[in-house]
Amino acid sequence: MTAMLELVGVSKSFGGIRANDQVSLKVEQGAIVGLIGPNGSGKTTLFNAIAGAHPIDSGSIRFKGEEISTLLAGDIARKGIIRTFQQPRLYREMSVAANMLVSTAIRRSSFAGLFGRAPPDAAARGAELLEFVGLAAKQDTLAGDLSFGQQKLLELAMALVNDPELLLLDEPTAGINPVLIDSLIDRLKAANKERGLTLLVIEHNMPVIMGLAEHIYCLAHGKLLADGPPQTVRRDAKVLDAYLGAA
Amino acid sequence: MGRASSLTPSRLLLLGALLACGVVAPLLFPAYQSQLTELLIFIVFALAWDLVGGQMGYNSFGNVLFVGLGMYVSAIVQVGLFYDVGLYTEAKGGGTEFVFDADQFLAGLAFGLPAAALISALAAWLLGSLVLSMRGHYFAICTLGLGIAAGQVAAGIPWIGAGSGMLTPNPPADLGDVGLLLYYLALGLAVTCTLTFAWLLSTRFGLALNAIRDDEDKAEAMGLNTHAAKVTAWVIAAAFLGMAGAIYGNLVRFIDPVETAFAGATIGVWMILMALLGGKGTLLGPIVGAILFQLTKELFWTFLLGWQRVALGVLIVAVAVFFPSGIVGFVSDRLRTRERAGEQGP
Repeated sequence: MTAMLELVGVSKSFGGIRANDQVSLKVEQGAIVGLIGPNGSGKTTLFNAIAGAHPIDSGSIRFKGEEISTLLAGDIARKGIIRTFQQPRLYREMSVAANMLVSTAIRRSSFAGLFGRAPPDAAARGAELLEFVGLAAKQDTLAGDLSFGQQKLLELAMALVNDPELLLLDEPTAGINPVLIDSLIDRLKAANKERGLTLLVIEHNMPVIMGLAEHIYCLAHGKLLADGPPQTVRRDAKVLDAYLGAA
Repeated sequence: MGRASSLTPSRLLLLGALLACGVVAPLLFPAYQSQLTELLIFIVFALAWDLVGGQMGYNSFGNVLFVGLGMYVSAIVQVGLFYDVGLYTEAKGGGTEFVFDADQFLAGLAFGLPAAALISALAAWLLGSLVLSMRGHYFAICTLGLGIAAGQVAAGIPWIGAGSGMLTPNPPADLGDVGLLLYYLALGLAVTCTLTFAWLLSTRFGLALNAIRDDEDKAEAMGLNTHAAKVTAWVIAAAFLGMAGAIYGNLVRFIDPVETAFAGATIGVWMILMALLGGKGTLLGPIVGAILFQLTKELFWTFLLGWQRVALGVLIVAVAVFFPSGIVGFVSDRLRTRERAGEQGP
């Protein structure tokens, strides 16, 4: 069986800096995979490469067996890969409710389908997700007026209501109220179990990623350093070195 | 924002009242009939500019392209149905041989106006695929160039009168008040435009335009077909601009390629000013802006003759400084602040 997402030898340089160097990884259908590494190790660059934000120099990226490394961002999104950003990106001059409405499963509807209102079940699901992330009372607030944490939550809710097959999360818990983190993790696990949502998550919060992911890849200086189940990776000498800076 | 654009009962009532005013206005103020017709055409100009410039955030400086195109296409159809266009323009449209009877004149309008909308829409579709892949300043400059180029091209085609322009058909005397007919055509177009846009902005398409305005890359990353949405919005705007241009051409009667049809320095700037004055990105804004603009323009031209352009310049600066979000934007901001203060009160 082919993996849902498979990267083979992906490289990307910016000038003289090799941000991604021969990175290969696999995400199986229905899995939750973590991507860790010190700052500047190329995690977000790899996300950008998968989501089509920039072309890669060499290597191959396959989604359900199909090469997507040459596709544009929009076409990749319409195939079912949705990503969130480290710095949340929202429609800042639109209300929270409108942000959700415009994100509802827009990928699945035809272009002509835009000339109607959002289907009621999708709207209901949007409202329910807003309720969950604690933004129900903020429906009429402009997204740009939300706090950083609230913006991250809204972006996550927008990604979930879009109903992707593969969700790329870039530090979903950074800046989020610690009280909410646990329920956020539960929610992601539930989406994974009930809807078969596959997750690839960049995370700096070790307890979070150790509790969430079944398999973890660790990057350092653009190269893949180690991978395996959380227990193995956290004891890996190379990973500890990379994080603690030992030679 | 999407919510603010939808048609609530109170808004419908307001539109109904405006419509009633619109129907009786030329009968009450027959002396201002052509100014009122111009106002209605300006409302369509401002609304159409705002769909792309305000709602979608693509500031076009070349919308006169579609206005001028519509003007010429309609005039060509109106003449061409019955006479040879080349001979007509050579004779400066006058003379005794180029006479249009009532049926011919009306048939000309009946075919000319839809043709204007259609050709303008087609042009927008062809150009949009290229132009709309540019963003920000690049899009603005490129559209500015398109508008200017169109005027120069039209001024170089002898078949449509080249630099000496073209006249729309002379309305026959037995048709009665053609000005009144043009007024009601403009009213119909303005109402259709308002209702069409109100509907568009109430759908997810309207939300998609706002999303493109706020963060196009994000919209694309969420799987929205931004290119199709942008081109569609431009095509719809162009269709209305083309038909409004066709009516405008018949109102002013003489189509000069640079001064009337592709008049970037006047109409091209005015339509943007009207949208900004009223409040861009709102449905009501361009309408309010067009009314205020037409009012001040006529007042300046009457009482400040010689200084009218200076006065208009001062108005532009004043709007930019004191009402950066336009009159409607200013009022709704005020209302929102008051609502918020009310919520926090006891």
